[in-house]
Amino acid sequence: MDMSSAKQNMLAAGKALAIFAIVSSTLVGLTYMMTKDRIAANERQALLNSLGVLVSKDMHDNDLLKDKLAVQSPELGYRGKPVTIYRARKDHKNVAAIFDVTAPDGYNGPIRLLVAVDDEAQIIGVRVVREDETPGLGDNIELDKTNWLHEFDNRSLMNPLEKLWHVKRDGGIFDQFSGATITPRAVVKMVRKTLRYFMQNKNDIFAPVGGNQDGK
Amino acid sequence: MANDYRKIMMDGLWSNNSILVQVLGLCPLLATSSTFINALGLGVATTAVLVGSNVTVSLIRNYVKAELRIAVFVMVIASCVTIVQLAMNAWVHELYKILGIFIPLIVTNCVIIARAESFASKNNVPSSALDGLSMGLGFTLILLILGSTREILGQGTLFSHANLMFGDSFRDAQITIIHNYGGFILAVLPPGAFICLGFLVALKNGIENRRKEKAAQQIVDASAENI
Repeated sequence: MDMSSAKQNMLAAGKALAIFAIVSSTLVGLTYMMTKDRIAANERQALLNSLGVLVSKDMHDNDLLKDKLAVQSPELGYRGKPVTIYRARKDHKNVAAIFDVTAPDGYNGPIRLLVAVDDEAQIIGVRVVREDETPGLGDNIELDKTNWLHEFDNRSLMNPLEKLWHVKRDGGIFDQFSGATITPRAVVKMVRKTLRYFMQNKNDIFAPVGGNQDGK
Repeated sequence: MANDYRKIMMDGLWSNNSILVQVLGLCPLLATSSTFINALGLGVATTAVLVGSNVTVSLIRNYVKAELRIAVFVMVIASCVTIVQLAMNAWVHELYKILGIFIPLIVTNCVIIARAESFASKNNVPSSALDGLSMGLGFTLILLILGSTREILGQGTLFSHANLMFGDSFRDAQITIIHNYGGFILAVLPPGAFICLGFLVALKNGIENRRKEKAAQQIVDASAENI
């Protein structure tokens, strides 16, 4: 008798839990459906804004979001995912390549960056798309907080020499923040790797791909 | 009834304040109270979760067996946090990007399960909603005091980056309190939060003790007159 009533209790508890689980995951699912498009639109708009900040409208005449290239690269890729490169061109001349890369070794996880490199392998600018770094410390890489990211402007692997592409603590020329070295170190390393990749693969990077030549 | 509601409000804001008295939820508190705007963002998100979870728990309180309640509460809270997270990502995208990992971490704030267990599971929906609101406001209030103190001490400013929460028209809302200030990094680091919090708890206890002494004095005076 005891056994069967204990069994019944367990079954009832299991049922109740299952019902609650179904109801709450349905609610979360519904919210996800309702917000999905908005979140995607936000992210797209944010991407367009950041691309526009790096390569302004009068610098190119193609559609950046269409004239893009996905490359598989062990040095640049994050978790084996392909790296997206947006190409800016004007009058059929190559103006810049914007790399959407992810530094894997931030303090609180990966840091997603946009690195714009011009035809001469000089950096136009670097922007942070997404980071989860500690507020008040690591998130000083954001331009809203400090000007640190502008340290990269107009630099190349000749300026400074590649061996100086480190934060100061590691013998390089880039500032770290007090209390946060790991975050800037991860960003500097990723920008350096991007430049190196650009120099080695420049022709492939600007090669027209598929049917969307020049994005026209 | 009105008296009850007043007591619930006072409990949350002062006499049973989740941080100063219960000392719960310190993890997000320490991490996000470095500026006023970060503190406000996390405070509002936590309040929304508290109200949502309190109302839900109160609604289902008569249908959940005692031995199942913790599992159910955890589910309710996790869903509330996920919904708030998605909503913030959709409607205050910029702030969401800044508060980053701390939004999902609201789920680990023990204030929320503590209120579900000790209040919402025993009271009706309006009281539970009010309890969630007042606990949330009490939490936000302390976060804001800490946030402002640390921002002023750490960077010499107040309301910096208000545009992340209120839009571009607030870009110039920042007030520079101390000009040409080098910054005091300790205030920005987690130990600064602990030290500030310690002073706040001491202040609160000091005020309470004074009040008690006064009340005791009055009783003594009153009884002396009676004799």
